[in-house]
Amino acid sequence: MKARKFFPILLLLLVLIVVQQLTRLTGTAYYLTQMTMTAYYALLVIGLCLVMGYAGQISLGHAGFFAIGGYTSAVLTTFDLTPLLDKGNSAIGFLTTNGLLAERQSLYGESLLSVNPWLACVAALLLTIIIAFCIGIPVLKLKGHYLAMATLGFGIIIYRVALATEIFGGADGISAVPGFPLLPGIVVSGDFSNRVQNYYIACCLLLLGFLLLQNLIDSRVGRALRAIHGSEEAANAMGVNTARYKLYTFVVSAVFAALAGIFLTHYNGGIGPSEAGIMKSVRYVAIVAIGGMANLWGALTMAAVLNFLSLRGMFGSYDDAVFGVILIIIMLFAPQGLLRRQVWQFFKKSGSDN
Amino acid sequence: MSLLDIKDVKKQFGGLQAVSEVSFAVEKGMIKAVIGPNGAGKTTLFNLISGNLPLTSGAIFFEDKPIHGLQPYQIAQRGISRTFQNIKLFPGMTAVENVMIGRHTRSRAGFLAGMFHLPAARREEREIREKSLALLELLEISQFADVEATSLAFGQQRAVEFARALASEPTILLLDEPAAGLNIYETAEIARLITKIRDQGITVLLVEHDMSLVMDISDEIVVLSFGQKIAEDVPGAIQQNQEVIQIYLGTADA
Ligand SMILES: Nc1ncnc2c1ncn2[C@@H]1O[C@H](COP(=O)(O)OP(=O)(O)OP(=O)(O)O)[C@@H](O)[C@H]1O
Ligand SMILES: [Mg+2]
Repeated sequence: MKARKFFPILLLLLVLIVVQQLTRLTGTAYYLTQMTMTAYYALLVIGLCLVMGYAGQISLGHAGFFAIGGYTSAVLTTFDLTPLLDKGNSAIGFLTTNGLLAERQSLYGESLLSVNPWLACVAALLLTIIIAFCIGIPVLKLKGHYLAMATLGFGIIIYRVALATEIFGGADGISAVPGFPLLPGIVVSGDFSNRVQNYYIACCLLLLGFLLLQNLIDSRVGRALRAIHGSEEAANAMGVNTARYKLYTFVVSAVFAALAGIFLTHYNGGIGPSEAGIMKSVRYVAIVAIGGMANLWGALTMAAVLNFLSLRGMFGSYDDAVFGVILIIIMLFAPQGLLRRQVWQFFKKSGSDN
Repeated sequence: MSLLDIKDVKKQFGGLQAVSEVSFAVEKGMIKAVIGPNGAGKTTLFNLISGNLPLTSGAIFFEDKPIHGLQPYQIAQRGISRTFQNIKLFPGMTAVENVMIGRHTRSRAGFLAGMFHLPAARREEREIREKSLALLELLEISQFADVEATSLAFGQQRAVEFARALASEPTILLLDEPAAGLNIYETAEIARLITKIRDQGITVLLVEHDMSLVMDISDEIVVLSFGQKIAEDVPGAIQQNQEVIQIYLGTADA
């Protein structure tokens, strides 16, 4: 059981190492940048997969959670607190003496004082959890189209707020976000010298997230979620607090999205309102759908392939359209998703018949 | 006091009185049957007890505490377990997984314990599986443990649902037509099983159309007709009750 679960993940890690070595040997290390970004987007997608595939709910607002994570971290780590400190603000004084602020140099050599990325990360996650609860409690009472619309509304609000608020940089977003030092010598940042390191940070975070979700799905909670998906009424009659399980699942996936947003923002050195856009949310839903809904591996694979192709510009100016088309085709021809076990079994069977 | 106390319970669907002011009690350790013609309101009554439908008026007490107004999951947590007339197994899950869901109220591993695969959660999971397999064994369907439950034959699905209801180690078990669609041997088997469960101390409330089964195993019988209770007595007396006989044989004979 255990070996069966860990073996594929170890294999995947090996593949990721081989890929990195290949880019080194072929002198295509620039691919690593898009792969790193892909890994972070994939982190969001597997979290959404839990909500859609296992709990049977839909969220058309997950880019919103990504943006909440990214923007919060970006604001806190870039907002200069020096003027406040000079005014003798006691809260700022407390943060300083406890090493919760980080000093940086501006472009012009001035010294800037902002919140330490770790504290910013924790704050961003807490904010995400609070918002996910506040949105989830009323919205998850809805089902089907209504839930889709309500989460879509949430996504639109976050997008407009990001676009219209001065502190979030309006249409330009926030730039010059500093790196996120995880451990001494290990920094999440887009520096050229850190490219390989960051590729591995992103991959490890993704694999860790994947492992946690896989554990969850195989647990008592995962079983309850699948039961809810099958028949909410029967699950409730069996003693499953269906409302709470759906809510917690939503919050967990929001945290995954926010973590992706935080890390990618530090990696890119900034974030813009397009990350909060509705088309992003639609894209994530499309990827989960094509990945097979209740299929974590499918979601991971499709997220890796499609995001990478998109980031490489393979879809040109039809980028968003491609994902729309994917969604339509999946819903028309394989609403259960493409990479589903039944489909493989079908192929296997017809193969062995011949 | 009685284990389950149903007091003036009423359920209205628009203009239809599906259950009108029904009262009766279920004592601990007995098998009580609810019988009545189609549409009498038996299933509706079960749905009211298990919280799947809200009452129009009246009250239901379980172990002396009111349970009307609680959510189904809260009622299940208190020890009331049920099966459905139109079997409701979870699709896409194996027989044993379906039964394992039944142990939900008897286990506790949450999101974090699951994600981090904590030793306590692992131990609990092993126990859930063992107990569930033992129940499949009891119902003699352990050979189907890993088969998708909804793909099993009808009688086997009934058995899986029965095992799922038992898995929560309920105080009282509500069975809605457990013998419907079963052949004569399977019905005898179900009768034996229900008696065995009662002997283990689980109270049973049963809806059933198979009269020989009801008369054989129940301690008391409630008769419903058009939502009203028209009789409540021991099987021998119910068999002699003129009103009940009329309902079952039709007015032509009266
Ligand atoms: N959800 C509902 N909405 C409207 N009417 C309902 C609903 N559920 C049941 N009824 C009606 O209430 C009446 C009682 O139905 P119920 O299912 O309780 O009967 P029953 O005694 O279980 O019958 P059977 O022996 O056929 O299972 C019927 O007339 C039925 O049509
Ligand atoms: Mg019925």
